[in-house]
Amino acid sequence: MTLSRADVEKVALLARLELSSAELNLLTPQLQQIVEYVESLNELNTEGVEPMAHALDVANVFAEDVVRPSLPREQALANAPHQDGEFYLVPAVLGE
Amino acid sequence: MRLVEQTATQLLAQLNAGEVTSLELTRACLDQIHRVDSRVKAFLRVRSDAAIATAEEIDQRRKNGQPVGRLGGLPVAVKDLLCTAGEPTTAASRMLEHFHPPYDATVIARLRSADAVIVGKTNMDEFAMGGSTENSGFFPTRNPWDLQRTPGGSSGGAAASVAARMTPLSVGSDTGGSIRQPAGLCGITGLKPTYGRVSRYGVIAFASSLDQIGPLGQTAEDVALLLEVIAGHDPLDSTSVARPVPRYTQSLREPLKNLRLGVVQEHYGEGLNHEVAAAVREAINVYKSLGARIVEIELPHARYGIATYYVIAPCEASSNLARYDGVHYGHRADEKRLITELAVERARLEQASDQAGLDRLDNALVKLYRRSRAEGFGAEVKRRIMLGTYALSAGYYDAYYVRALKVRRLIRNDYDAAFKSCDLIVGPVTPDTAFNLGEKSADPLSLYLVDLYTVTANLAGIGGIALPCGMSKAGLPIGFQLQGPAFTEETLLRAAYMFQQATNGHQHPPAIVTTNA
Amino acid sequence: MPPYTLIIGLETHVQLSTATKLFCRCSTKFGALPNTQTCPVCIGMPGTLPVMNREAFELSLRTALALNCSIHQFTKWDRKQYYYPDLPKGYQISQYDLPFSYEGWLEIQAPLSLGQGNGAGAEGSAGTATPSPQHAPPQRGRGSLVSKRIRIIRAHLEEDAGKSTHDETAGVADSRIDLNRAGTPLLEIVSHPDLRSAAETRAYLAELKLLLTYLGVSDCNMQEGSLRVDANINLHIDTPQGKIATPIVEVKNMNSFRAVERAMEYEAPRQYEVWQETGQKLGDVPKQTRGWDDVHERTYGQRRKEESSDYRYLPDPDLVPVTISAEKLEQLRATLGELPAQLRTRLESTYGLTAYDSEVLVNQGRELVDYFVQLAELCGNGKQASNWMQQDVMRVMGEQHLSIAEYPIGPAALAELLKAVKAGELDTTRGREVLARMLVTRNSAAVVIQDLGIEKVDESDMYALCQELLNANPKIVDDLKSGKQQAAGSLIGQAKKRNPNINPARFREILAELVAREPTS
Repeated sequence: MTLSRADVEKVALLARLELSSAELNLLTPQLQQIVEYVESLNELNTEGVEPMAHALDVANVFAEDVVRPSLPREQALANAPHQDGEFYLVPAVLGE
Repeated sequence: MRLVEQTATQLLAQLNAGEVTSLELTRACLDQIHRVDSRVKAFLRVRSDAAIATAEEIDQRRKNGQPVGRLGGLPVAVKDLLCTAGEPTTAASRMLEHFHPPYDATVIARLRSADAVIVGKTNMDEFAMGGSTENSGFFPTRNPWDLQRTPGGSSGGAAASVAARMTPLSVGSDTGGSIRQPAGLCGITGLKPTYGRVSRYGVIAFASSLDQIGPLGQTAEDVALLLEVIAGHDPLDSTSVARPVPRYTQSLREPLKNLRLGVVQEHYGEGLNHEVAAAVREAINVYKSLGARIVEIELPHARYGIATYYVIAPCEASSNLARYDGVHYGHRADEKRLITELAVERARLEQASDQAGLDRLDNALVKLYRRSRAEGFGAEVKRRIMLGTYALSAGYYDAYYVRALKVRRLIRNDYDAAFKSCDLIVGPVTPDTAFNLGEKSADPLSLYLVDLYTVTANLAGIGGIALPCGMSKAGLPIGFQLQGPAFTEETLLRAAYMFQQATNGHQHPPAIVTTNA
Repeated sequence: MPPYTLIIGLETHVQLSTATKLFCRCSTKFGALPNTQTCPVCIGMPGTLPVMNREAFELSLRTALALNCSIHQFTKWDRKQYYYPDLPKGYQISQYDLPFSYEGWLEIQAPLSLGQGNGAGAEGSAGTATPSPQHAPPQRGRGSLVSKRIRIIRAHLEEDAGKSTHDETAGVADSRIDLNRAGTPLLEIVSHPDLRSAAETRAYLAELKLLLTYLGVSDCNMQEGSLRVDANINLHIDTPQGKIATPIVEVKNMNSFRAVERAMEYEAPRQYEVWQETGQKLGDVPKQTRGWDDVHERTYGQRRKEESSDYRYLPDPDLVPVTISAEKLEQLRATLGELPAQLRTRLESTYGLTAYDSEVLVNQGRELVDYFVQLAELCGNGKQASNWMQQDVMRVMGEQHLSIAEYPIGPAALAELLKAVKAGELDTTRGREVLARMLVTRNSAAVVIQDLGIEKVDESDMYALCQELLNANPKIVDDLKSGKQQAAGSLIGQAKKRNPNINPARFREILAELVAREPTS
């Protein structure tokens, strides 16, 4: 798989990263190199192998439906860069 | 021997015997930090006042005859990946420079209730991504054995703190080798427990299915002491396992009889430094002399470990790090400037009737996300986010992610088969001794390859321990690794203890500890 | 008839009525001050981890079973990744390729004229529409109904997002984010595109809501957003060249049944016009998303970037899978109770109710049906019980805003009255008087009957009174003899004035008998 600069730009939008032209120039071949490396996995026949998403075979973990105290609002909002004491604030965008 | 040079186990005995107070010990550690850390730079923050207050409180309780926790006032350093309530927790990222979590990680809570004195938060590669601690968003940490070299990573600060005797114990995290590799490069002992053995709640996630918290100390005995405190089921972590925690410190001294040690021939191929190879072979000979039987085993898919890891870990990381968008916490770019820039750009495109450009133009919110993340994350974090995002994007998911999950299964199957004929696997922990700072920065892949011997344990979810087995001619520590089936920490620790009883390489501190600057 | 068939599939999001959120133990109570029901987990703070709410999963399973779904023995949760300020983790925990349930159906009572008019069932894929023998067209009500099965593709459990409030003038004021709702358990129920009209869509939603209410899994309060609907809609157009499917449009943000119905009615001709203008067929353009404007009652296009649909699903490594045993399923199935469709059938077969009456009662909820069944059993007459329920009990409940549990008279006390009426001890009108008094005094029917001096009038007394009145009113006798039946009314009125306990029906019979015996004057 060859990664073009345009591919990398598209991925950067998906990843919500703003990349400078210099960063794009550096990243494109680096990512290409890593992708080529990981494509060594294609040498293996993995047909019929069950994908392993978890390190452990644990299932059915639940918590009971009992209310516990929430954070006081002041604490909940304390780390927000932009808030008005009631809400988190972001630049308004309509239609999306 | 100076107080700070002693092992946690020795210190704990003195604390419990009333021969030393937690305050004295804490002050000694703070002094040692003061003396060496301007050169080593293991700590992002030292909690002098809070540590002293905690130590005094513990001493008072002990004096009053009230119960004292299992760590009895021992100073501990903690990787800055674990949340400490009301205090900064940064994951060594500019993104979280001003983040104060309103909660303790479960491991922190366990440390506190065991009466550990948390003296500070240690440096690391940003979000635990890296193997040299050079990717810290703040400054690199140096190897106490040679300040021009890396201590390894990502738990480089935690390893350096123990190696330079700034704390007797520290807590690190290991996603692909991040406890074992720096332990190996710094000449100390570090254990990566089985996945699920220690709670991940409050541990800033890098790759959730691989991350595991573990102890670092001078000896296996010290590591057992700390593991005993931090291990255990946590209802806040669905992936933590409800199994009783053995008293590791109790069983430690029983030597293992008829120990079958697996040796993998491929480990000794190209890329392994010959000094490291020789030291590991010597360690194996020590075990032979202790009665262990050496069994040749095969891990045929282990050589795909790095490739598998560098798909799975970035995929999970790209998802785990999506939350850093500058809305609810963390760094946020200058909004006014950004909106002005957008308006200027829009006007320019409209002037030029560039419809395609206008369609591509981000709205203010998208722009805010993109710039906040660009400013908050360092280069390696961005690289991995990009890699993971690419591998999960439409059309590539099966080719990369699903395939990697399948190979992960094959790697695990290899281990399952191998552990039928051996109890533990012995081998190198790193292919080389500590490298120079900056040596691998230009070539990310070369740094990834350093994890060769460690990532497979994370992929399989099993435990591993790294411990010192010698010094290179250049005076750098060499470590080796033992890996065991899931939940055999007891065996790993006993095997490590056996070795350390038979040798004394682990007792020798770096020159920075003994000489004055 | 327009030359097309409307094809509609619904994605219904139901907020489950758990006390706490899906992955943390914050309260889900509606109406709290903004950002007062959040914690590090639902704010998505670093290092926090989700733990699945057992109750949420069990409510979901119950619903899926009631929707006749098959249940996957192994299910897992995935991260659906997109960036939005009300989604604090940057991903929504949902289910992607292994939802816990799949392939079920919901039987609805679809309006015959609209549902059957144009091609419903003509598709191989469409739901089956057959007039049900148990649901013979009712005599009264909304026109003819037929039973139709709407197939369910899947139901899966996911977390809700927070709420964004936008200023009317974007770019001037900031949008405000409240995370109280973030992490509330949502059951998403996805139907096949088996619906063929706005009216059918409404019927489906009404039946679904009724089912959910019976199961007690959701309060289904649409004003509070407990039930939210997205519709996928397109047209199958008959042309001389054959049937043409138009591109699918997804309409979002409809917050009432009426909105859904109106949106479907709006979309059909709009899409037909678009097709006439552009000729675009299914597959020619990507799926369009439109919002619903409740004020102007129209849909509007929403701008979406091409990349926004690349959700990069990933199995959530922080949650473990869930396995469901056959025993567990049977155990849950046993807790479902009688569901609306079964209940309607039982009311009709056991108590002889019409389809209309059973529907009216069942729509009132399980508690009212329980009341009805007790009443019918105790008074021994289903039809009578149904009439009194609808004309008296439900009227008072409506006027006084009472639930059946709050209605002051229990089924046993009411049955006593109904039996007295049935036995002819008092007529229906006097019965109502008694009931009204019972509501005020809370006394039993017997006590009230006694208080009001109601007693059954002796037959001989009635004959005597009737003869006396006939003798005094020869004109009326003539009128009756000449077939002027309304003349009887005046005589009955006089009789009731003399003795309020006279049963008018019986008195009318006696009157007819005596008049027949009278010689013509």
